[in-house]
Amino acid sequence: MSYEGLRSLLPKSDLLGFAVLALLLVVVLPLSLDIFRLNLIGKYLTYAFVALGLVLCWGYGGILSLGQGVFFGLGGYAMAMFLKLEASSPENTAIQSTPGIPDFMDWNQLTELPWFWEPFHSLGFTILAIVLVPSIFAYIIGVAMFKRRVGGVYFAIITQAVAAILTILIIGQQGYTGGVNGITDLRTLKGWDIRTDEAKYVFYFLCVFMLFVCLLIAQFVRKSKLGRLLVAMREMEDRVRFSGYDVSNFKIFVFCLGSAFAAIGGAMFTLQVGFMSPTFVGIVPSIEMVIFCAVGGRLSILGAVYGTLVVNWAKTTFSESFPELWLFAMGALFIAVVMAFPNGLAGLYNKYAAPHIEKLLGKVTGKSNNAKATVGTQGVAHERQ
Amino acid sequence: MFADYSTSELMSIFAMQGFAGLILFSVFVLMALGLAIIFGQMGVINMAHGEFMILGAYITYLTSNVFADYMPALFGSYFFVAMILAFIAAGALGMLVEWAMIRHLYHRPLDTLLATWGLSLILQQLYRTIFGAREVGVSLPDWLMGSIQLTDIVEVPINGIFVMTLAIGISVGIAALMYKSRWGIQVRSVVQNRPMAGAVGINTAKVDRLTFGLGCGIAGVAGSAFTMIGSTGPTSGQLYIVDTFLVVVFGGATSLLGTIASAFTISQAQSTMEFFLSGSMAKVLTLLFVVFILMLRPQGLFSLKMRK
Repeated sequence: MSYEGLRSLLPKSDLLGFAVLALLLVVVLPLSLDIFRLNLIGKYLTYAFVALGLVLCWGYGGILSLGQGVFFGLGGYAMAMFLKLEASSPENTAIQSTPGIPDFMDWNQLTELPWFWEPFHSLGFTILAIVLVPSIFAYIIGVAMFKRRVGGVYFAIITQAVAAILTILIIGQQGYTGGVNGITDLRTLKGWDIRTDEAKYVFYFLCVFMLFVCLLIAQFVRKSKLGRLLVAMREMEDRVRFSGYDVSNFKIFVFCLGSAFAAIGGAMFTLQVGFMSPTFVGIVPSIEMVIFCAVGGRLSILGAVYGTLVVNWAKTTFSESFPELWLFAMGALFIAVVMAFPNGLAGLYNKYAAPHIEKLLGKVTGKSNNAKATVGTQGVAHERQ
Repeated sequence: MFADYSTSELMSIFAMQGFAGLILFSVFVLMALGLAIIFGQMGVINMAHGEFMILGAYITYLTSNVFADYMPALFGSYFFVAMILAFIAAGALGMLVEWAMIRHLYHRPLDTLLATWGLSLILQQLYRTIFGAREVGVSLPDWLMGSIQLTDIVEVPINGIFVMTLAIGISVGIAALMYKSRWGIQVRSVVQNRPMAGAVGINTAKVDRLTFGLGCGIAGVAGSAFTMIGSTGPTSGQLYIVDTFLVVVFGGATSLLGTIASAFTISQAQSTMEFFLSGSMAKVLTLLFVVFILMLRPQGLFSLKMRK
């Protein structure tokens, strides 16, 4: 991409935000936290992928999916299946009645690997599957729903039902999926032990790198014509349709993109945490991911990252010291963010902090700027049915 | 899968599972009616609906304890008192929630969903703090115990019949209220055209509050009935909420008849399949079936023809 292209993709105010986030994630946190806490931050960041997808789908496109856990789970399970197959080599599983298959299959009296597990012997296939399987699944749901002009609340309920279905299926089919415990005891990636501190550092930086790739893609979508069309659709779908655009295709695209992000997050989750289970697939985690996005600010792609970090940090702190209070706090957060701060942290930042920072920057560079005028013009408009 | 059974056995199995399905149907109908009023008529997604139901269940539990301790002679009739108390408690809480929260969010349906989810988390933790994390059950009065033997294999439990009667009674009552009473006319006119209803002198804010309260009150009664057939824990409500929303959407959100028809279809499908497949597969297939039908017919089974 040319320099001009970059400038238009990342104007100065956005560039500053990206740089601050990069500084925080790449330099400040790794230097100030021990590996246990850093690994925890890495785990939180995997949810930020989902929140980022939701910013595009929900904040920009007005499509609220309550089933993002499905895609997070599909990505995570794909990665876990590959790692599990490597961990259950015939030598490692010699004590089983059928060596060479994952331990939970052996416990469930399976005697051979199911067909859909076979291709996950290959790392290349696994990486493809992490992105493609959830995207194709999202495409099918998207085509079925958006082509028939189902949206808004109905879409939310149906995606929630899909999350419920997948969780029940995973738990019910214990022999094929590891059931309620999920896929655990993952050891190596191509012979390289993933449980060491060194591996955790590598995965943390890989996760941050992937997050920035996704952030840049999201920024590109936001700045492109597609981004503006999404906002237009959210505000008044019929008018966009009458202007000659096929509204459903844009919705399908952004939904698929969001689900691909979520799936990458899921795969990074498996790598860093070392297991995958249906507790990250169902209705409750899916809706929690929406709140990460809402707290960060549903219109801000960087806000999604901060929102995820803040909520999860609060969750860990609270549930360590006052487990009783956490659900109250979480509930209150849901209500407060909807009623009082619909634009989340990003909204607060734009309203109170941004003008001062703009002024400071203006002093430093010695140039007057009129960026102030653009601050705060984007707000959550009322959804239309 | 049918080959292992003789014809008469199959008939009995279908009868038994059909009856079990009818009990599930009753719970669905009681829960979905409240939801259909709130969602179908007002367009509000109340994710805390399950918690309103559990409130009714806990009220019933408390009432049964009070009766057992202080008025053992009247224990046989505690359920009717409990039901009324459950209706009042859940309805009052519903009106409070409408006043404090929902009325500010009418034009943002997706946001009501998130806010009421927050409410449901708070209520769940509140129940856990007050009643403990363990499930509680009520003791049934004597006249609700036992079952009626119809044939050698087929027997039906009396509490099931009672819950079913209750579901039918409440459905008829709601239908009468919505389609025969003056208040029902007001509710329906507010739904169809809010500014116009306001212009002819209907107090739309009051109608909204009462409608929401009624929906929550019915959830309370549903919870009361629920104690007859199962035990209650802080998170029991959440188990049913997705099913119930699917029931309402599948039936066509604005139609009460559709809600009842879809509750019947879903509960029968699930209960019959449960006998032949594992419980989880039956549930998966039922939900998939519903989602599939909704993709073909997004407006649900029965829908009101309206110009948008």
